[in-house]
Amino acid sequence: MNMGGPDMAPQRSARPGPVLEVSDLQTHFFSFGGTRVVKAVDRVSFTLHEGETLGLVGESGSGKTTTCLSIVGLLPRAARIVGGSVVFEGEDLTRKSQRELRRIRGRRIAMILQDPMASLNPLFTIFRQVAEPAFFHQQLRGRSLRERVQHLLRAVRIPSPEWRMREYPHQMSGGMRQRIVGAIALAGGPSLVIADEPTTNLDVTIQAQYLDLLKDIQRETGVALIFVTHNLGIVAKMCDKVAVMYAGKLIERGPVRELFDDPKHPYTRALLGAVPKLGSKEPLYSIPGQPPNLANLPAGCSFHPRCPEAVPRCVSEEPGDFHLGDGTVARCWLVEGKNEAGAHRGRTRS
Amino acid sequence: MPQFIIRRVLYSLVTLCILSATIFLVVRFTGDPVALMAEASARPEDLDRIRQQWGLDRSWPVQYVTFMQNAFKGELGKSFNYRLPVSELYFQRLPNSLTLGLAATLISLLIGVPAGIISAVKVNSWWDNVAKGVALLGLSIPGFWLGLVLILVFSVWLRWLPTSGAGDWRHVVMPALALGWYFAASMLRLTRSSMLEVLGSEYIKLARLKGLPDVVVIAMHAFKNALIPVFTLAGVNMVVMVNAAVIIEVIFAWPGIGRLLYEGIFQRDFPLVQGVVIMAGFMIVGINLVVDILYAFIDPRIRLTR
Ligand SMILES: Nc1ncnc2c1ncn2[C@@H]1O[C@H](COP(=O)(O)OP(=O)(O)OP(=O)(O)O)[C@@H](O)[C@H]1O
Ligand code: SF4
Ligand SMILES: [Mg+2]
Repeated sequence: MNMGGPDMAPQRSARPGPVLEVSDLQTHFFSFGGTRVVKAVDRVSFTLHEGETLGLVGESGSGKTTTCLSIVGLLPRAARIVGGSVVFEGEDLTRKSQRELRRIRGRRIAMILQDPMASLNPLFTIFRQVAEPAFFHQQLRGRSLRERVQHLLRAVRIPSPEWRMREYPHQMSGGMRQRIVGAIALAGGPSLVIADEPTTNLDVTIQAQYLDLLKDIQRETGVALIFVTHNLGIVAKMCDKVAVMYAGKLIERGPVRELFDDPKHPYTRALLGAVPKLGSKEPLYSIPGQPPNLANLPAGCSFHPRCPEAVPRCVSEEPGDFHLGDGTVARCWLVEGKNEAGAHRGRTRS
Repeated sequence: MPQFIIRRVLYSLVTLCILSATIFLVVRFTGDPVALMAEASARPEDLDRIRQQWGLDRSWPVQYVTFMQNAFKGELGKSFNYRLPVSELYFQRLPNSLTLGLAATLISLLIGVPAGIISAVKVNSWWDNVAKGVALLGLSIPGFWLGLVLILVFSVWLRWLPTSGAGDWRHVVMPALALGWYFAASMLRLTRSSMLEVLGSEYIKLARLKGLPDVVVIAMHAFKNALIPVFTLAGVNMVVMVNAAVIIEVIFAWPGIGRLLYEGIFQRDFPLVQGVVIMAGFMIVGINLVVDILYAFIDPRIRLTR
């Protein structure tokens, strides 16, 4: 597939560091005048390099979407980042104003929302919606704008884009709408694309095609991807790294191979015990016990009421990140001292 | 599209028939008009003669059918009181009522829509709370009370505006304000809730994710979608303001349809009341068609299907 020339590629600086480095990110929801606090994202850290794909997995309500929205700085009104940093291409986004963030969103970072079917404005043409990022960020007008849009639509395999772009969302199939949302994400030439569970509403073949398309585009442009999903089959197929969330915390992260071959955290092990097929619409795993209530988490390790391997200290002491020799990081007392990579001994601060 | 219009017209006809039958019955339950038409000294035979003259001696079904037959020919009957064709009376008053209704609609839109948008965008801010309070006041302060206060302030104390009657623009200001006020409150509430719903949608999130300026997100992406229910309400409100601004027209002695209706009800002027109500029904049907066409203009889902 021809992605067509240098204008599609992100304008990446030659900086060597990671594209994205999230450290100790904490995002809380405040309700009832601040009396009720939900720690939707609790000291989450991970890094992502150019061309890499991170799979972010976890049960419903574990904080995946909130993590993504914290990165782009578009949290709901009730939520606030209360700690940590999001360093994107060397700049800490948590310190930027909305005005500065607007210049980054849609241009250097794009996000594909959880429901691609509802993400297009029903009253505007496809052309207009795909053109907006280039119109506002790159000041493209007239013919060059039209060519740019056709080009983007071709890149996501929309047939005859010249006339398709004059149509409206309701005239498109679900798969097409999803690819158009993909084209919008690519419109600014981003170096990071966050895709929040983009496949759940579509049937298996379309889902697989879409994933292939994203991979192709990544190969062409070197864009870094964060892929949020419930589906570990997709992670195995798509991702280089995995991060597993439980109750707002990243309880284990690492390279896909290492994590799938030798999961360290009991929760990850439980997840892997029940992998659904690619395309399954099941909310996957049924792990014994109640999913946690984020407004009222148990003391110690949040997973302890459901953990088959809990030890006494799990009830009262919360484990921190333990960095292990094979590149994985796990937040569980069981791995303490096991093949730990020296300096990083984790213990809960706060 | 033509099929859709035919269906709409048929529905409208059914609605108008139900409306006409209802108003036909309702006026007849208000009492006997003949007593008011005759002089106090009239004998029973005189009353019978009047009854016969106006066709009121016939059974209700017969009266209704005659009325409808005439209505289809565009004749709404003769007013008992004025002894003139109802349609003539109606169209005489219509320009005044349209002036007042349009001015009041404009006021309600100019106040209600921007305030509703700001309220939704800054939800739960002090502005939103003030706007919610004002909307509540608007819905609970009766228009006649506001009218009287306006007269007191602007005519009696400041002597800026005439108290009543119709003439130039100065006569319109106070009745339009008093009338538009109530409707501004309902426009505010509807705009606010409609905007809130749209602002929470996924496509607005995506518009924000594109890094678009807030003005573009709110004024173009959100407002266009929030507009549709606002249009409907504005259309219906306008018909009500044109045809049934009874209290305001009475207070400001505005020679409009509302006052005609008021007189008609008090005089038991059946043809007049029936005529005004049916004309209002027609206007609602017409406005709804206009609003539908506007929808099709705004919304490609309507324009390109059906
Ligand atoms: N508006 C809100 N007010 C209070 N708490 C909220 C709000 N929105 C989300 N939360 C809390 O934040 C937590 C994380 O939500 P989030 O949407 O990030 O989960 P998720 O992992 O994306 O789930 P899903 O897989 O269902 O999309 C939820 O458990 C919920 O309790
Ligand atoms: S810390 Fe304890 S309770 Fe938590 S996962 Fe590890 S063993 Fe289980
Ligand atoms: Mg989510």
